Amino acid sequence: MNIFKIKKILTSTVTHTILIAVALTCVFPVFWMISSSLKTQSQIFSSMSLLPGPLLDILNWNWSNYITAFVKADFGQYFFNSVFYTVVGVFFIILISSLAAYAFSRLEFRGKNFLFYLLIATLLIPIPGVFVPLYLLLKNLSLLDTRTGLLLCYISNGLAFAIFLLKGFFDELPREIEEAALIDGASRFGIYWRIALPLAKPAIATLVIMNSLTIWNEFLLALVVLQDKAKMPIQRGLMVFQGTYITDYPLLMAGLTIATIPIVIVYLLMQKHIVKGIAAGALKG
Amino acid sequence: MKITPKEKLGNFIFVIPALVLFLIFSLYPILRTFELSVFQWNGIDKNMLFVGFAQYKHILFNNPAFWKSMANAGIITVLALTLQNGLALLLALLVTKNIRGENIYRTIFFLPPVLSGIVVGLIWKFVFDGNFGILNHFLTSIGFSNFADYAWLSEVRTALFSVAVVHMWKGFGYGFIILLAGLQTIPVELYEAAEVDGADSWQQFKNITFPLLIPIFTIVSILTILGSMQIFDLIYSMTRGGPAGHTHVPITKIYEYMSNGEFGYSTAMAVVFGMVLLIISFAQIYASKKLNYNNR
Repeated sequence: MNIFKIKKILTSTVTHTILIAVALTCVFPVFWMISSSLKTQSQIFSSMSLLPGPLLDILNWNWSNYITAFVKADFGQYFFNSVFYTVVGVFFIILISSLAAYAFSRLEFRGKNFLFYLLIATLLIPIPGVFVPLYLLLKNLSLLDTRTGLLLCYISNGLAFAIFLLKGFFDELPREIEEAALIDGASRFGIYWRIALPLAKPAIATLVIMNSLTIWNEFLLALVVLQDKAKMPIQRGLMVFQGTYITDYPLLMAGLTIATIPIVIVYLLMQKHIVKGIAAGALKG
Repeated sequence: MKITPKEKLGNFIFVIPALVLFLIFSLYPILRTFELSVFQWNGIDKNMLFVGFAQYKHILFNNPAFWKSMANAGIITVLALTLQNGLALLLALLVTKNIRGENIYRTIFFLPPVLSGIVVGLIWKFVFDGNFGILNHFLTSIGFSNFADYAWLSEVRTALFSVAVVHMWKGFGYGFIILLAGLQTIPVELYEAAEVDGADSWQQFKNITFPLLIPIFTIVSILTILGSMQIFDLIYSMTRGGPAGHTHVPITKIYEYMSNGEFGYSTAMAVVFGMVLLIISFAQIYASKKLNYNNR
């Protein structure tokens, strides 16, 4: 064996050792959460075994934690609320932003450039603490502690980036098809709806995923806007649960797992779109 | 094609929904922040008391707790800029060398960033727990018996550092993904040419990778600064600012003042904090431009 080969094997070993060590650090806390969610309270207090029991005995692990979490600890309600906020929020973000982005890309109207740059400016300038005036605004509109109030905040938060991304996408599309349709007598709205929107599917897919993650994981606005447990999304519900049953770790971990599973599934299926969205957001900005 | 005024009006309808929402729920709150910051107001009284810049003055000169929170966020940010981004860069360089399992590593490293701050905070709070946490169990089992019931998050010495570790755990994958995307835009031909000229891998890194990566590293740094300074979910779920204010950060401070009904004061704090963020971002852009010129 020559020295180059030895050096190569050595480098490769070191590389993979580092990468595997970091990967284990990433996965372990998530594994620990799931494992703990299937233990009993006394197992949490007395043993630190990696698994809740022997692997062959998997059916006898404490699965009832999940039933308790869903039914008695309100996680079913929180989960449904989160699904509702995410689906409705993302739908309106896409609808409203694609209409505006199409207009910014193709149509003429007064104040077009000014409006677009105003929108982009709010993306670039860091503005912390807007939740204070938002709270007062919702209070004045009698939208405090309502689903509508929280949704309006979520939708509005997602618009600027979505318009920015979609306008860029529409700008790249060839205009010929649309001009032909216009001569054939199609309305502007018809062209947007039947031609431009279907063509923008890749960009829309990225936006759906990104905004779903954002809304599902959002906490601060849910904290400021909502007091009523029946309307809370799951992130807010987790904190309420944790505040009430501080030491009920198995049930808390079951709640955390319920809040995490949809995100992880979407992430594993849609990875490419997420990575594309992150890269687009960062490298263009 | 000539556009009639009527058509222009029709075109405008496309942006009306976005415009209305944006004006009411994004722009108006931003402007309102500035307006409220010169009033003393509890959010309920009919009359708001105009106090000019008095609240700003108080924040700047008489509120050490706020500056303490700023320093805490600063410490988290500096740790993230160095350790977290250093790790992200190292991993991106390792993964980009066409190694086996690139996709698996990429998938795993980006898992923490997609989890919510609350979920991550609560998992780690459990891991750090003095009595039932696996961290102390592990440390005891390898011989550090004095950690048997050490409460990481309630001890002044370790609370902030522990939160920072979790923040970096959650964040490094984000920088990793962006840096990896940046590395893959560097043309392979450059390295091939360097190879032909006899440049070793350190020289290749110093003369090709590093200079071409500066703009992307700047973006990652700015995102890290903005994200770390505005940390909230992790703090709220792990310590709520405790013990005795040792992990308070600006956003938890603003939230605290708002919860106590000091609406004017909390918005003045938000403006001061926003200005600090703006200055840091500009300084960062300026520094990286300078670095860029010096390299040419």
